[in-house]
Amino acid sequence: MTAQPRSLFEKVWDAHVVATRPDGQALLAIDRHFLHEGSFHAFGMIDHAGRKVRRPELTFAVADHYVPSHSRARPIADPEIANMVTMLEANAGRHGLRHFGLHDPAQGIVHVLAPEQGLTLPGLTIVCGDSHTSTHGAFGALAFGIGATEVSHVLATQTLWQRRPKTMRITVDGTPGPHVTAKDLILAVIAAIGADGAAGHVVEYAGSAIRALSMEGRLTVCNMSIEAGARAGMIAPDDTTFAWIEGRRYAPKGALFDRAVAHWRTLASDAEATFDHEVRLDAADLAPAVTWGTSPETAVPVTAAVPDPGAEADPVRAGQMRKMLDYMGLAPGMKLEEVAIDRVFIGSCTNARLEDLRAAAAVLRGRRAVVPGLVVPGSVPVRRQAEAEGLDRVFTDAGLEWGEPGCSMCVGINGDLVPAGERCASTTNRNFPGRQGPNARTHLMSPAMAAAAAATGRLTDVRTLDVRALDVRKLGAS
Amino acid sequence: MDAFVTLTAPAVPLDIANIDTDQLLPARFLKKPRSAGYGNFLFRDERKPGFPLDDPAYAGARVLVTDRNFGCGSSREGAVYALVDGGFRCVVAPSFGDIFAANAAKNGLLTVTLPEETVAALRRQLQEAPGAAVTVDLPAQTLTGPDGRPLSFAIDPFKKECLIAGLDDVALTLRHQDAIDAFDRADAGARPWVVPAA
Repeated sequence: MTAQPRSLFEKVWDAHVVATRPDGQALLAIDRHFLHEGSFHAFGMIDHAGRKVRRPELTFAVADHYVPSHSRARPIADPEIANMVTMLEANAGRHGLRHFGLHDPAQGIVHVLAPEQGLTLPGLTIVCGDSHTSTHGAFGALAFGIGATEVSHVLATQTLWQRRPKTMRITVDGTPGPHVTAKDLILAVIAAIGADGAAGHVVEYAGSAIRALSMEGRLTVCNMSIEAGARAGMIAPDDTTFAWIEGRRYAPKGALFDRAVAHWRTLASDAEATFDHEVRLDAADLAPAVTWGTSPETAVPVTAAVPDPGAEADPVRAGQMRKMLDYMGLAPGMKLEEVAIDRVFIGSCTNARLEDLRAAAAVLRGRRAVVPGLVVPGSVPVRRQAEAEGLDRVFTDAGLEWGEPGCSMCVGINGDLVPAGERCASTTNRNFPGRQGPNARTHLMSPAMAAAAAATGRLTDVRTLDVRALDVRKLGAS
Repeated sequence: MDAFVTLTAPAVPLDIANIDTDQLLPARFLKKPRSAGYGNFLFRDERKPGFPLDDPAYAGARVLVTDRNFGCGSSREGAVYALVDGGFRCVVAPSFGDIFAANAAKNGLLTVTLPEETVAALRRQLQEAPGAAVTVDLPAQTLTGPDGRPLSFAIDPFKKECLIAGLDDVALTLRHQDAIDAFDRADAGARPWVVPAA
């Protein structure tokens, strides 16, 4: 008997079903549960019900959302923010959880820290009360964001009720042009299928352009799956993945690592596996992208002009476009490359890894930023390595601030805000109204594009600047 | 959570697509305890003249009828708390963010998904007759708008059962305790690398 061909998602899903109900709901076993300061509601719920954490050894707490970017001194100046950080520490301590706090040498954004520490592995089910948990799918894990009540359910039972999602495969073949990054690729995907284009689906990214991405690039792609509405994004693990994991702190070692790799090699989708939806893109068609509106689906090539609502036939849609343009302070037909910016932010779980900082530094080396800006590395290890390579000096010499790791200006709850009415070139994941601060205007783009915008003071096609690859050894020695 | 069976209440239309959870609950309120209520935070930065939720004609609305991809973005359950504490029991849209819809069900907020044209027509009816009521019958899976025509909607049977019973699903899960224990024992042998060594 030949086994039914299965996709990567189906293999991981099937391996975690503990029980099924006649109505199709499955009780899924959860291998990793990450918590952050926002988890206080969920701790309150289990405490109220008198429940304990079922598997503390699979549960990890990370301070990232509220940690200050400008100082690691305690106490944190704002008492409400300080309370969020200490409450997580107290809850983790009380339940015996590993806690990566403000002064931990591994501290960072949970979606940067977990892969870096070898906590994210292929074939795992991973949840966190944060929508960008989709990031971890870059390793071939099934990883998705959940709400507070579900967090409390996982704390108490290490399981979650789920209906099996539909599947979508997004295949990107071909070779992208210069300065076209993983960020440009995923923005193009979101623009192509829409902000709810993958709702109810788990997406598998496949094709030669995906295989060619580094782990950092794959993390960026899977991170923004949620911006297309996807339940999760996944990429089949391969030698790039295994090489990245080997030797990391919490990863399996020696014979156990070899045994794990042998298992992980079986996870890739079978050749005959089928998907509910298939989408294809050619990497050669991609260009450095920016968004013009207040949804990531408004990504366009930087060479484009602001679209005209007058050309939209549906009056409701046209009204929504006008509302976005009004919020963004843009007029139809304006060339995006002529749009002046007020500041830049380089950071977030989307684009604060070493590769991202290197790309931004390569553009800014020898240049001055003409607007203020903040660069926030994704973790302490990223920060240390960037400093060893001299990247921090490239940024500070250009006039940008170099911050301490955390979510910072992406979500703006640690006090880092874009002032009202200001326009920010940002490497983050969301350009929603008010996301970076009340009435802040966000344009999403890659790190190299944000660096180019910093250097010129306007949205800029990085391909028009003379950028040479960075010799990091030379920088570190200087 | 409060059980949801039937509801007849005024509905407010909102012609905006992609309403994200940052708009529903601006991030600066995420650190607030639930005990004080989240109702005042709902759409806090959108409450400008002309915003339908502030229009006296729609006072007392308990149903929100809106456009596609409602509740996209952040997983913050506080977005649902803001709606529930603000008096809402039901949201009608052509599509929802998956995490938002899951959070809603856990808090007794019914999400009704209907085709785009149907929802657009319902919004127009509510704009033409501000303050008109809609009736939602969850056991029958129907929503009746101002025109009196019952619209059938689909809902996951498990979600429906939990909403009608106002059920805490941890209690339900614990009935599967033996299956969870058996899974853990088998998995420890099959995938010993899952528990981190360090």
